[in-house]
Amino acid sequence: MVAQNVSFGIIAAIMAVAAVRVVTVRNVVHAALWLVLVLAGAAAQYILLAAEFVAVTQVLVYVGAIVVLFLFGTMLTRSRLGKEDQLDNPSRVVGILVALILAGTLTYVLVDAFHAEKLAEDPKLVSTADIGDSIFSTYLLPFWALSFVLLAALVGAIVLARRD
Amino acid sequence: MLINQFLLLGAFLFCTGVYGVLVRRNAVLVLMSIELILNSVNLNLLAFAMRNGSDVSGHVFALYVVAVAAAEVGVGLALVLLIYRNRRSIALDELSSMKG
Repeated sequence: MVAQNVSFGIIAAIMAVAAVRVVTVRNVVHAALWLVLVLAGAAAQYILLAAEFVAVTQVLVYVGAIVVLFLFGTMLTRSRLGKEDQLDNPSRVVGILVALILAGTLTYVLVDAFHAEKLAEDPKLVSTADIGDSIFSTYLLPFWALSFVLLAALVGAIVLARRD
Repeated sequence: MLINQFLLLGAFLFCTGVYGVLVRRNAVLVLMSIELILNSVNLNLLAFAMRNGSDVSGHVFALYVVAVAAAEVGVGLALVLLIYRNRRSIALDELSSMKG
């Protein structure tokens, strides 16, 4: 238990710093690289939550594909690779205010609702087979819908980005 | 482990993402902030799945969120590319031509 808590603390600290860097850093490519750190940290937290398959999917899809897409987007829109001062809106006060109010409300509600509720000491592992069974039985209809969403996204992205 | 440590980490990521969406001007960076928000949601889904005796539903929903996020980034970046091609800039506050 101690080892889990210590590793949670370390990973959470890294994720928090990296997340703040993603939204404050003045360089698009660096923001994408800090995002990799947040996403990999999230995958590690999923392992702590006994969700191996989701963790592996997270690494494959997010770190492997989505960050590469972001880097391509940066390249194709010719954002400057170096520092850039035009990345933020002139007034940050609204953003800071909304984020702080939201953080305060969420923290209050969560602490009020779950005080010190503990998670199971040795949780039952959810195997990949269980997830597969569930996807192809209980959640088959959302799975079909999701297939259509992905198909539509594929066709839509090609239609939008194609040069006529 | 407490459930709250995961939920509070998720809440922090969510607020950071909201701050990024509100403050960033560059459309690619706004999409990155949306990824932060989606990840915080996944963290919550998996924490509650573990709380409810390793419920499989939470894992399935987390996987669906990952898939939807991938589709969203694909279409989002195609839109950003289109905007860049037409206007030579992806600063979101300059996109006010739909304002009456």
